[in-house]
Amino acid sequence: MTTFPPNRVVQDNAAIKPIIQIRNVTKRFGQLAAVDDVSLDIMPGEFFVLLGPSGCGKTTLLRMIAGFELPTEGQILIDGQDMTGVPPNQRPVNMVFQSYAVFPHMNVRDNVAYGLKIARTPKKDIRDRVDEALALVKLDGLGDRMPDQLSGGQRQRVALARSLVMRPKVLLLDEPLSALDAKLRAAMQFELADLQEKVGITFVTVTHDQDEALSMASRIAVVNKGLIAQMATPSDLYEYPANRFVADFVGSVNLFEGKLIVDEPERAVVECPELGRVYINHGVTGPHEGTVHVALRPEKISLYRQGEAPPAPDAPVGHNLADGVIKGMSYLGDITVFQILMPSGQVMRVSRPNLSRFDQEDFTWEDRVSMRWHSSSPVVLLA
Amino acid sequence: MQGWRTQKRVFATIATGPVLWLLLFFIIPLAVLWAYSFGRNVGLTEIEISGTFANYAKAIEPLYLQIFGKSIAVAALTTFICLIVGFPVALAITFATPKYKPWLLLGIMLPFWTNLLIRTYALMAVLRTEGYANQSLGSLWQLSSNARVVLGLQPLDAFEPLHLLYNNFAVVLGLVYVHLPFMVLPLYAALDRLDRSLIEASLDLGAGHFRTLLTIVAPLAAPGIISGVVITFVPALGAYLTPDLLGGTDSQMIANVIERQFKRANDWPFGSALSFMLMYATFIMIAWQAQRERKLMRTGTGIGPDVGVRA
Repeated sequence: MTTFPPNRVVQDNAAIKPIIQIRNVTKRFGQLAAVDDVSLDIMPGEFFVLLGPSGCGKTTLLRMIAGFELPTEGQILIDGQDMTGVPPNQRPVNMVFQSYAVFPHMNVRDNVAYGLKIARTPKKDIRDRVDEALALVKLDGLGDRMPDQLSGGQRQRVALARSLVMRPKVLLLDEPLSALDAKLRAAMQFELADLQEKVGITFVTVTHDQDEALSMASRIAVVNKGLIAQMATPSDLYEYPANRFVADFVGSVNLFEGKLIVDEPERAVVECPELGRVYINHGVTGPHEGTVHVALRPEKISLYRQGEAPPAPDAPVGHNLADGVIKGMSYLGDITVFQILMPSGQVMRVSRPNLSRFDQEDFTWEDRVSMRWHSSSPVVLLA
Repeated sequence: MQGWRTQKRVFATIATGPVLWLLLFFIIPLAVLWAYSFGRNVGLTEIEISGTFANYAKAIEPLYLQIFGKSIAVAALTTFICLIVGFPVALAITFATPKYKPWLLLGIMLPFWTNLLIRTYALMAVLRTEGYANQSLGSLWQLSSNARVVLGLQPLDAFEPLHLLYNNFAVVLGLVYVHLPFMVLPLYAALDRLDRSLIEASLDLGAGHFRTLLTIVAPLAAPGIISGVVITFVPALGAYLTPDLLGGTDSQMIANVIERQFKRANDWPFGSALSFMLMYATFIMIAWQAQRERKLMRTGTGIGPDVGVRA
């Protein structure tokens, strides 16, 4: 929360109470703290994503909300109720498991009706609500199928319907898309977001896939080593990462160490030994001792033949400019990613959209190029 | 691994030994017995195979049918007790921490390493009139008697040792003791394969632990339960040593009757017929198990935990 303007912080409406409050929760497995003094609020109707590498504690956090793990310290409140000592079967949340956990010995309809039967819902209501839930996940007509007659995607829909039919206050999803193939995953990302909007239930999802998080979430908490590295909207997370971990984990990024030599309200200059002088059109706030990191996204760098780069309109001469030689190229269809070796020995990643069919022919291996970027593009990271 | 189809000579070499062994020491003696069952005694050691069904006719006389029925009842009761006792044990091992799991499994298998006869004698030492069970009960009795005196009440009468040995109770207890591992191991194998998230999903949907056990765990462990039932029931039905050593005059099982035909009664043809009756009963049990298992497989119950992640 250091370099971005204050109006970028998500505004919580004071009138709305958070549906989930996690207060100073720590979970230790032996000596290891899987979750380390985490506090966060999730608002009703949010599509909240816990994003992090495997083993970062995000799943443990989710399982603590569900009640399958108990916090070593701290408190979890759901809809204002303290959940300490409340077993999973009495919590107003439902979970979609990573393996879907569809009961293999029951057909689709019985799977979806399972929770309602336990809640002693009248038979007619069960029928109506199961029909409604199956229609919601587009499984109408498949009620009599056994799980082994379903595809992975369909089984996931059963798991979703089985949870949604309970009308939980919060739906917890553990890596919901990790077992699906790439095409289906992309389709389900949209569908999940759409579904969440339709039912209005708060979704809390765990994922290690940044694309998944960015495309579905209304807010993301990046978790690293049991701590929350940053909590923000997808675009804020990407454009205003708070630290090196977030910058590197969400999207790809070029990171350079440097010294902050100018720091004024309207401008800042970082001297990077491996990149040159970086000019930024706003000041740097927050504590620092002069040594900072500059993060530069590959798509925010323009590529020119060496010496042909026009002078930057918003930076002093000699700033935000670097030369190099193309040492690697990967053509990905929509974009081409270049690996450019700079005289300092550092490699810069630059991505360039292929706006026309012939764009990929503009540059090739061993070409000498100049790179330029706007003064609003670099992000100064203090941590 | 190459299939036996493509490596016929290798397969033949490896298989010859076991096949010969089985033929010589299992199939041929069994065939001889089968032939005897259609014969009759013509001398002290001579048997004429006349093709008579008299032995089978005798075997289904009420006296023997009753012993058959009783054997089935004792074996069924043993199996049932093993299931009731073994299921929680198997559950406990399944959910034990990885550190203790091998030790618990070892504890279950440890009795296998001791001779059945020794185990049975050990049980006799516990159960007999002056045995450990009665001694313990006796001291408890004495203690409570003393306590009554302290409280100013009449002391209890002298302790009457319980008759724990040489009756049906001792036979069932002994059979349960011997066969429990046969039940626990297949149950454990089935439960251990169970996807834990299925149990969590059930709890998550509001079910209690007992309900989850009945509606999710037990049906999914059904193949293991059936295996356990069969491999407990079959040897229990043919148990010989346990009823012989622990049972009373009225607790003989079919194996004891068969033994008597071959030894004291010297009626090999009738003993053979009884043996085959027992074997047919066993075959029916195994056929039933295979049938059930196939059915479970068809409905998808027998599928392991990987079922959920097949995309």
